[in-house]
Amino acid sequence: MAAPLSVEVEFGGGAELLFDGVKKHQVTLPGQEEPWDIRNLLVWIKKNLLKERPELFIQGDSVRPGILVLINDADWELLGELDYQLQDQDSVLFISTLHGG
Amino acid sequence: MAASEEILALRAEVAQREEELSSLKQRLAAALLKEQESVPERLVPVSPLPPKAALSRDEILRYSRQLVLPELGVHGQLRLATASVLVVGCGGLGCPLAQYLAAAGVGRIGLVDYDVVEMSNLARQVLHGEALAGHAKVFSAAASLRRLNSAVECVPYAQALTPATALDLVRRYDVIADCSDNAPTRYLVNDACVLAGRPLVSASALRFEGQITVYHYEGGPCYRCVFPQPPPAETVTNCADGGVLGVVTGVLGCLQALEVLKIAAGLGPSYSGSLLLFDALRGGFRCIRLRKRRADCAACGEQPTVTHLQDYEAFCGSSATDKCRSLQLLSPKERVSVTDYRRLLDSGAPHLLLDVRPQVEVDICSLPHALHIPLKQLEQRNAESLKLLGEAIREGKQGAETGAALPIYVICKLGNDSQKAVKILQSFMAAQDLEALTVQDVVGGLMAWAAKIDETFPQY
Repeated sequence: MAAPLSVEVEFGGGAELLFDGVKKHQVTLPGQEEPWDIRNLLVWIKKNLLKERPELFIQGDSVRPGILVLINDADWELLGELDYQLQDQDSVLFISTLHGG
Repeated sequence: MAASEEILALRAEVAQREEELSSLKQRLAAALLKEQESVPERLVPVSPLPPKAALSRDEILRYSRQLVLPELGVHGQLRLATASVLVVGCGGLGCPLAQYLAAAGVGRIGLVDYDVVEMSNLARQVLHGEALAGHAKVFSAAASLRRLNSAVECVPYAQALTPATALDLVRRYDVIADCSDNAPTRYLVNDACVLAGRPLVSASALRFEGQITVYHYEGGPCYRCVFPQPPPAETVTNCADGGVLGVVTGVLGCLQALEVLKIAAGLGPSYSGSLLLFDALRGGFRCIRLRKRRADCAACGEQPTVTHLQDYEAFCGSSATDKCRSLQLLSPKERVSVTDYRRLLDSGAPHLLLDVRPQVEVDICSLPHALHIPLKQLEQRNAESLKLLGEAIREGKQGAETGAALPIYVICKLGNDSQKAVKILQSFMAAQDLEALTVQDVVGGLMAWAAKIDETFPQY
């Protein structure tokens, strides 16, 4: 049984517009059988935080192309992507890439 | 009294002469530009810049404040003088970037942009002025840069960067700066830089945020390493729709200039393999660590599949501009032109005009008789909005003859959101949440109204 986790979830680059414009969310993930990883964090976000048009954020079981996921300020690719196991007090940032100039 | 009359007369005369002078200056600027534009385009810049052994007395004075920096010094300045930089896009990022490169004494600056100067550019594209509205951005930018530093060679390319021209062009420059405004061009510039072996300094900005990084620098990741798949076209927001504050593109363009100058002077960049995020509302910079170069990257990996430039508009499913797209969601009989709507309005026929733009845009301008319900609230099936709409329909019917139909016309800025709103209203009617009525949208929206019907109506 994994203990509840306190995690900072943040959205930027316009991704926050799908979350009522709120960028920073301090969330508590409830204790559960298996450890919390990014894959089930995304499911939790979709259910609990996402306010509209999930297809603009999620595609399949991952984020849509054009959204970068950063765990404690590092590209999630360096940390195992969907399989990264969250630790208490981790910060996860979802940033939509900008194209304007 | 006589003296004060004389003052008034003189003032009036000065004002009149000033007006004449300003009109003459505008005509001169336009004439100069016309002359420049008629020169056949040089696609190929001249030979590589020759190495430079020493700085002249004038150059020493001009660059003295940066020459005394030990990190740069004479050595770095000489490198800048023989460096060439290609600026892709002369907009909000490209203007401040090119300005600082020219001021710092970069030898040659290539400027690529197919677009012309518009009044809505001037709040952020600081090399362009009122007098050159309607003229090619690259010529306007080159003219400003020459005024700033006549020793810098500016090479304007008044054309879009395309898969046919990009590689040839990129090969002729030492450092490339991506100041473009759309996804297809970003992939195109990246692939050309990888194929030509050039470092790419890439920045972008929207609303109050900016991002900057350096791609393909000494074994670092390229754009495709980080973004192997293009974003779905409907998730990309342009500056016209999302808005942007000019100083935010200015900050990013300056940061981009800094990275270009450090690479050109041999100091090395700071943001290769990392991404700097700027949040202007919160006032914060945040630097995040990006992945390493991917061995399986399609462009810079061990077995690249991108061996020549491709069709990037097809790859991204969007066009290589930041102009607003025109959606076609409705059939022609579900739409009316602004001319037809004007005729209907003049005839006094009862109807309901529904404006579905966000409040911030309604604050800019609106038609006084329109009912305002933002698209977002319709999408969310907002109960209060439905009630408001129902009441407005009832009210409209009271004004009409008994039994007469009350058509609804939906309007927005450009005629995209209005089509979405018609679809939503039709679904409400099908679900009997709303009385079944004829719903049409106004093609081209309020901007078409401003262009064709009422020239006093603001454009934004």
